[in-house]
Amino acid sequence: MFRYALRRLLLAFPLLIGITFVSFVVIHLAPGRPGEVVTGELSAESQKELWQMLEKEYGLDKPLHVQYWTWLGRLARLDFGRSFSPDARPVLQKIGERLPITLLLNIIEMLIIIAFAVPIGVLSATRQYSLFDKVTTVFVFVGFATPDFWLALLLMILFGVQLGWLPISGLRSLNWEYLSFWRQQWDFAGHLLLPIVVATFGGLAGFSRYMRQSMLEVIRQDYVQSARAKGLPERVVIGKHALRNAMLPIVTVLGLSLPGLIGGSVIVESIFAIPGMGQLMVQAVFERDYPVIMGNLVIVSTLTLGANLLADLTYSLVDPRIRVGARRGRR
Amino acid sequence: MRAFWKAFRRNRLALVGGVVVALLAALAILAPAIAPWDANRPDVKKILDAPSQIHPLGTDLLGRDVLSRMLYGARVSLAVGFVSVGIASLIGTMLGAAAGYNGGVVDGAIMRLVDLMLVFPRFFLLLAVLAFLRPSIWTIMAVIGLTGWMGVARLVRAEFLALKEREFVLWSQAVGASGFRVIWRHILPNAMAPVLVAMTLGIPAAILTESGLSFLGLGVQPPHASWGNILNEGKDAIEIGWWLSVYPGLAILVTVLSYNLLGEGIRDALDPRLRQSVGRIAARR
Repeated sequence: MFRYALRRLLLAFPLLIGITFVSFVVIHLAPGRPGEVVTGELSAESQKELWQMLEKEYGLDKPLHVQYWTWLGRLARLDFGRSFSPDARPVLQKIGERLPITLLLNIIEMLIIIAFAVPIGVLSATRQYSLFDKVTTVFVFVGFATPDFWLALLLMILFGVQLGWLPISGLRSLNWEYLSFWRQQWDFAGHLLLPIVVATFGGLAGFSRYMRQSMLEVIRQDYVQSARAKGLPERVVIGKHALRNAMLPIVTVLGLSLPGLIGGSVIVESIFAIPGMGQLMVQAVFERDYPVIMGNLVIVSTLTLGANLLADLTYSLVDPRIRVGARRGRR
Repeated sequence: MRAFWKAFRRNRLALVGGVVVALLAALAILAPAIAPWDANRPDVKKILDAPSQIHPLGTDLLGRDVLSRMLYGARVSLAVGFVSVGIASLIGTMLGAAAGYNGGVVDGAIMRLVDLMLVFPRFFLLLAVLAFLRPSIWTIMAVIGLTGWMGVARLVRAEFLALKEREFVLWSQAVGASGFRVIWRHILPNAMAPVLVAMTLGIPAAILTESGLSFLGLGVQPPHASWGNILNEGKDAIEIGWWLSVYPGLAILVTVLSYNLLGEGIRDALDPRLRQSVGRIAARR
């Protein structure tokens, strides 16, 4: 196990370098003339100023390999520079403030998706072609095709504007400070409800589908038949023998779909005005706040890499075959 | 081909999807002829009019006809869908073919590049790139294409790995055909089926991405209409103009759903064994 973990860790390292490299290339998409960095919203004067800041920040006048090397050196010290916006705070600090809420949202989403998708998938697989299965299949197709921002708008119109039941933006009500502790928690939960529903909807559809597929394959296996043959109740056969095996591929799919989930925060956070990394990213893009954009890109992708690694390790922990396969040189 | 058609025809949902896709394409192409109003002409007397006989889907914040704007928006969606998927498939096929045919170091390098690109949450990467470029329909197409080729590359590589050991390929190599000829004439035609399916399923994903970007205000720029930027206006008018939010989103939903049904239908008819691999890769947005 330890050797496998070490191997995966070593394989992740070049990817980390790759992340910094791709991000570095992105900076250089900026065309070489100051006037072309930004669109027409800014005056020639401020465009020039912005360009000079960019030049200084990244040493754009030096040769490429020198630039990359210095940038890498600063990254290693977690120095992402200062924001271009008037407050000029360190990028790391800005992102640090917003990271917890994005992580919280994504972890809650993930737990909800697993909690619902697994039973839904199992039920529709064990009752293939039943009414329940058909209804979930329709749900899956609609879930795949529903744009999350549209769902958000509809829910906001219904629950926020028409019924007035739920708040539609931010994390706290205006009178937050005057509420009792439990009232505050209740208020916070109310603000999170719609964003979480929106963010889980698409993922839930996808995962129930994978779970169904995986379960369908497993219940045809011999070991499930023999579990039945030795007289175990169906509950144990499905709930224990089949489910455990059917969950295996789900761990991988979960790891693979992480970037998508985290990327979804961009839209959800912008719509519901949640001060997380996604919203920060969109704001930074509008303000052409390049250090924040680069910092965001590097941190988010590094986090994704870490989460992928975690999923890989979990997978090898629950499925010993993977470890053995890796030792034989199969990737 | 005939067997394919026979299998495909039995799948009613896929047929419906195909018909809707064709209908949408016709509407998009005919937009200038059938749009009841000039899609870009504002009218201060008609700001945020509810749907009526004159404006079936209402008017927007500037008094423009929503139905006409949505018809033009259909053009944007389809164009972005086709072009960006075209770009992605081209890159993916070339890199996948190079990796699968050559193996060894080339394969390793290309596949690590694929792994690397998959680590980036796509929306963050798209936004970072767009921050440096002028937003327009062309940059959107290019950027979506350039960040979406990994799935195709993996598929094509897998096909190549299987096909290059087959006898007809070994024979053509034995009689001295060049590498390019072997790939182009013998392997590629046999490897295209999953690519075709991935393309059909990639178009709706690209349409969703474009509308998301336009919704954020970073995609197709006003005054050009796109379903995403009409929805952006819908958000501004959320308390009054529900029609601005409901209809464009419904259009996206129906379009994406139809393409998905069509794509899955084609896949099942071509080869049910593809179900697993292509579905998983294409569904990941």
